[in-house]
Amino acid sequence: MAERLLDVKDLSTHFFTHAGVVRAVNGVSFSLARGETLGIVGESGSGKTVAALSVMRLVPDPPGKIVAGEITLKGRDLLALKEEEMRHVRGNDIAMIFQDPMTSLNPVFKIGDQIAETIQVHQGKSKREAWQMATALLAKVGIPDAERRVNEYPFEYSGGMRQRAMIAMAISCNPDILIADEPTTALDVTIQAQIMDVIREMQAQYQSGVIMITHDLGVVAQMADRVMVMYGGRTIEYGPVDEVYYNPHQPYTWGLLGSLPRLDESKKQRLTPIKGQPPNLLLLPPGCPFSGRCPYEREVCRGAFPETEIVGPEHGVNCWIPLDERLEIRANLPRFAARVA
Amino acid sequence: MGDAVSAPSAPGSQASASLPAGDVPQTKPLGLWADSWRRLKRNKVAIIGLVIISIFLVIGAAEVVATDVVHVNLAPYNPNAVNYKLTPHGLGSPPSLAHPFGTDYLGRDIFSRTLVATRISLLIGIIAVAIALTIGLALGPVSGYYGGAIDSVIMRLADIFFAYPYILFVLLIMTVLGPGFRNVFIAIGILSWATYARLVRGTVLSIKTMEYIEAARAQGASDLRIIFRHVLPNSMAPVYVAIAMGIGGAIVTEAALSFLGIGIQPPNASWGSMISDYLSYFFAGRWWMELFPSVALVLTVFGFISFGNGLRDATDPKLKE
Repeated sequence: MAERLLDVKDLSTHFFTHAGVVRAVNGVSFSLARGETLGIVGESGSGKTVAALSVMRLVPDPPGKIVAGEITLKGRDLLALKEEEMRHVRGNDIAMIFQDPMTSLNPVFKIGDQIAETIQVHQGKSKREAWQMATALLAKVGIPDAERRVNEYPFEYSGGMRQRAMIAMAISCNPDILIADEPTTALDVTIQAQIMDVIREMQAQYQSGVIMITHDLGVVAQMADRVMVMYGGRTIEYGPVDEVYYNPHQPYTWGLLGSLPRLDESKKQRLTPIKGQPPNLLLLPPGCPFSGRCPYEREVCRGAFPETEIVGPEHGVNCWIPLDERLEIRANLPRFAARVA
Repeated sequence: MGDAVSAPSAPGSQASASLPAGDVPQTKPLGLWADSWRRLKRNKVAIIGLVIISIFLVIGAAEVVATDVVHVNLAPYNPNAVNYKLTPHGLGSPPSLAHPFGTDYLGRDIFSRTLVATRISLLIGIIAVAIALTIGLALGPVSGYYGGAIDSVIMRLADIFFAYPYILFVLLIMTVLGPGFRNVFIAIGILSWATYARLVRGTVLSIKTMEYIEAARAQGASDLRIIFRHVLPNSMAPVYVAIAMGIGGAIVTEAALSFLGIGIQPPNASWGSMISDYLSYFFAGRWWMELFPSVALVLTVFGFISFGNGLRDATDPKLKE
């Protein structure tokens, strides 16, 4: 097995606001190995971004606080590091690609300045060297005419080019871990594929571990090795992508997959939306966060959050419905009937 | 510079403003400042202001070099030399070829005095604003960026400075420090920091929530680096305007102080002290003594303020066409 890069155990991050405690992340665990891609999926407000920000210790404090858990990067306890030491981890060991490339670049600096700055800060290179590296990085992520483009300002770049520049910035110090927070949400579909290709190429070249945060199940299927489904600040199902997609166990995962259009289905089929709204993180139900929306909900679901049950190779699920009953329900869902049979 | 790939003889790289919007010019793209300058150029009042400022700045700079560095007198006459032959009945003499601005009640050449006073007014304007800016730009961003208790302390301090009537506060400080050239700009400087601090704090508050600030943090930038390299440059546009306005304001304040007799001490001339000094002669019909320093003062202040206004419009990204 490849080198373990990151281990997150029972991470809980809460926001202490005037309105009350927002429990954004509640006891989430995951790990990442070198060269591996972990997809974190979930709808807005499911805690996936906060989980990633917690890893970088970038949760705004106040009001946010990591209240419990362990984050270990190559054996180093990140939560014990001083802010000063943490700064050297950011950008150097863990880098992040943000959602909206239109606003993630500083408008008053040239693209080259922004990439070179990171290199100067972390690697102590001279300005000239850093700029040369920046130009090379831009060329590497597929910016044409990088010699000239490195001298331009963000407003002169298109959305796709800015995201490429963001990627160049993120990989500039050869980080072990690359966190991509919905890197393609703000881009055209055609550009999305290109950006994904760039991320994949960079990952192959630098052997980084990638955490891909998205609500696009297609992106996960294409990019990730393993996937983690989050809901209401909890992991409710995780496992290798094929396992989770072809053998999903959680009613929420069924709902997610059921609300996707399929290309391999010949007859017309209606999409099945998940009824209701995601839970208010201020008023999370004490039990399974999906209770209240789950069509198969029972008394026990509202009481406590279920333990993780191993249902396949590295495939875990948190659900109170007994396994045989679960499989039976799934077999009767039109969406999965064909595949399970 | 160092641009390996320059477009083959782009049609008038200077006049890119006239290119139709749909056209993608292969010229070197305009930077932030080039772009602002392009828009500033179209604003006639601002350009008039800039010309006026430039003229006075050149005169002021020449005077500074002459007085403080090489110790020569640039003015045609010694500005403080009394000549009773030139002041019949102690009422000065009107403008003539030898004395284009006339002479005052002591026979001193008004032109020379107005010229020399340029140095004092501009020095006070610039140094006072520089002092205020240094304090303001150190405290304002820190206040806005960290928020919380630090913010409260700094902003309440600023409130105190705002709460006192300005001139009264300057008078108070001047009384403590004593009258004189140096103390005028110290007093004005420490009293006007709050304007800049508050201004910058406001923009920092909005800039710090931008995603590129979070991106910078994710790249491992320190707080200081984020504040002064990423946040501050994005918050400066209103500050440049305030600087231009502030210099004009400081010059007026100096004039007011000198008018009240605690600014520049006689026989040295500043525009304010001249206006104060000659006021009674103005009512006696000896208009030239009062007119020329007043015109110099009004022109300079007008120049700074109209340039400041134009600069605000030119650097405001929301007004981009």
